[in-house]
Amino acid sequence: MADTVRDPPPDGTDFHELEDGEELFPEPAAAPEESQPASLPAEDISTNSNGPKQDLLFDDDPEDLFAEATEEVSLDSPERDVLLSDGPSPAITPITPPTSVITPRIGHAHDDMFTHSSFDEIEEEEGGDSFDIHISVSDPEKVGDGMNAYMAYKVSTKTSMLLFKQKDFSVKRRFSDFLGLHSKLASKYLHVGYIVPPAPEKSIVGMTKVKVGKEDQSSNEFVEKRRSALERYLMRTVKHPILLKDPDVLQFLESSELPRAVSTQALSSAGLLRMVNKAADAVNKMTIKMNESDAWFEEKQQHFENLDVQLRKLHASVESLVCHRKELSVNTAQFAKSAAMLGNSEDHTALSRALSQLAEVEEKIDQLHQDQANGDFYLFSELLGDYVRLLTAVKGVFEHRMKTWQKWQDSQMLLQKKREAEAKLQFTNKPDKLQQAKDEIKEEIEELEGKVQQGERDFEQISKTIRKEVSRFEKERVRDFKMIIVKYLESLVLTQQQLIKYWEAFLPEAKAIS
Amino acid sequence: MTKEEFTKMKQELEAEYLAIFKKTVAMHEVFLCRVAAHPVLRKDLNFHVFLEYNQDLSVRGKNKKEKLEDFFKNVVKSADGVLVAGVKDVDDFFEHEKTFLLEYHNRVKDASAKSDRMIRSHKNAADDINRIASSLYTLGTQDSTDLCKFFLKVSELFEKTRKIEARVAADEDLKLADLLKYYLRESQAAKDLLYRRSRALVDYENANKALDKARAKNRDVLQAETSQQLCCHKFEKISESAKQELIDFKTRRVAAFRKNLVELAELELKHAKGNLQLLQSCLGVLKGNT
Repeated sequence: MADTVRDPPPDGTDFHELEDGEELFPEPAAAPEESQPASLPAEDISTNSNGPKQDLLFDDDPEDLFAEATEEVSLDSPERDVLLSDGPSPAITPITPPTSVITPRIGHAHDDMFTHSSFDEIEEEEGGDSFDIHISVSDPEKVGDGMNAYMAYKVSTKTSMLLFKQKDFSVKRRFSDFLGLHSKLASKYLHVGYIVPPAPEKSIVGMTKVKVGKEDQSSNEFVEKRRSALERYLMRTVKHPILLKDPDVLQFLESSELPRAVSTQALSSAGLLRMVNKAADAVNKMTIKMNESDAWFEEKQQHFENLDVQLRKLHASVESLVCHRKELSVNTAQFAKSAAMLGNSEDHTALSRALSQLAEVEEKIDQLHQDQANGDFYLFSELLGDYVRLLTAVKGVFEHRMKTWQKWQDSQMLLQKKREAEAKLQFTNKPDKLQQAKDEIKEEIEELEGKVQQGERDFEQISKTIRKEVSRFEKERVRDFKMIIVKYLESLVLTQQQLIKYWEAFLPEAKAIS
Repeated sequence: MTKEEFTKMKQELEAEYLAIFKKTVAMHEVFLCRVAAHPVLRKDLNFHVFLEYNQDLSVRGKNKKEKLEDFFKNVVKSADGVLVAGVKDVDDFFEHEKTFLLEYHNRVKDASAKSDRMIRSHKNAADDINRIASSLYTLGTQDSTDLCKFFLKVSELFEKTRKIEARVAADEDLKLADLLKYYLRESQAAKDLLYRRSRALVDYENANKALDKARAKNRDVLQAETSQQLCCHKFEKISESAKQELIDFKTRRVAAFRKNLVELAELELKHAKGNLQLLQSCLGVLKGNT
């Protein structure tokens, strides 16, 4: 598949990611390679050139246990998958200022890219671009039988961006595919400071009901809830300019067959690994005490903590509102039936008719309440839930920064110790072992110096990335909330207008009772 | 609690108290008007004293003994009612009324219960909106971005709409639920009236049977005759007044339903329009800002 070529070249620090995906595809033989910058290698990047680098990186990053996890997935097609889910290699990319911007303008001078050194400028350029991609998740279909059944969703993408091969295409995906995508993105980007949107949560109860095959109201609602959550998840992921270009994301959206993400199953070994990791992280969080030299980070962390608390509270209130409105709708329906019966037994004809009218009005109102409750839920409550989960991702990113700092400090301390050991060696009286030991220590010190430098660079990089991400996140947040709240208020307006209509229709009937 | 929370709570309590007060007052008014409109009851001395005496009426509540007596009377009455209900009535009007009232009473009971539940859910939803409004307010004060003004405006809006929603629930309660509750009790009273009449009928028939037996035995004829006369008289009187009462009941019921349903619809309209206006003006401000 053409997807193999999407991998950015491992060599060269001053590269930029693909601007025009099309150009790298092997099929159009007359690919305009001339417009490619020199540092980009030939089209078919073999895995071998990546191989050794990868191993090094795998070893280098002991805490990135996900790396091992993704290898499990790559069993079917080692070539492609190793390339795609190759965890640490994109870590190289953010070291240089992200000059990676999608421009659908073919053949434009790529020199433009070089001059864009600040993220803000790039953002403006993106704004000028039509960020035109729309993803919808629809048509949930039950596939299979019994406990092995699952829901397949159709993921349709409509876009005019040239990053994609077509303008309008769709694929079938199941829930674990989404989780797999998220875990791949998280393993690649979280530890360098990008805020990766969290995927919708697993729900064993919900899925079991669907598997068992009950076609009732609650399982339909569950499927609808999940479908809507998946759609929002994908839209949020592609709104992120870096994540949009990730090969995993592109493969997810485009390719018709996706390797089964086994590692996302709750009871798999990877799942257990995740739980162990979470526990380890929790302990670490408590033990790392960082000297925050940058007040900006402290302030932001505090801000996000407060926001988290408030959003959770608001979310709880909105959920309670949804619940009560649903209750109201049910009770109104019951009352409508009761009023109809009363109208039937009433022997004064005009009053009887008026009572039946009342019953009808109340029935319509109950439907109105039901719709409003759905609006409350899908617009307001789910937005809040999404943001509560997003905030955990944001907090995770801050924690990664702390871990990076810790690593840097650790290697610095180790360097210090080695230097002291070296100094001590100077004063020993064993000349024969001295030279050998001195050489060893020298090597180790050099290595450690390299590590310290790397650690410092990593720390700076992650801090910079986090700043950008946080400002992007805040912009998104403001935009999302404004839009959704306006939509929500509009739905309330509609409800009131309908109410007015119904009662206005009823009033003459009531007056007609003689 | 902060000062603003305190004032808010005070306002809420005041509003609730006012709603309950309105309800009770309305009930009392309906009761007194009923009594005044009744041709016989309006002449009752107790009623006049109640209306005119300008000092404190010392009314003694029922003590334990009286309550117990009431309880036993009820038990006896319901047992008796079952027995008497089986008696078929010659008069079509009363037969029809009996069946009608029975069914009507049950349905009103059901409707009253359901309307109560509906109104309670409505109140719960209004309370939730209140909590949402205060959460949004905190969010708005804490936020440093554009959103803060946004949140504060929306929080204000929700405060106002919540008040309207609470008033809608209270008005529904007043006009609909109370109406149904009242007619629940009225239909029960009508049923009781019919029961008394059936009782009188049974007594009359028993007296007739006793008279026939006495005539056959030729003993205590005069006594039997007088008692039969008495029963007959009682029965006819009660039948007459019952008929009148039941017809009145129907007219009153129709009028009350009409009045309350019209008022209910008008109030719902008023509140919905008010709500709509609030929402639209807020939307206008929010959209204008963004």
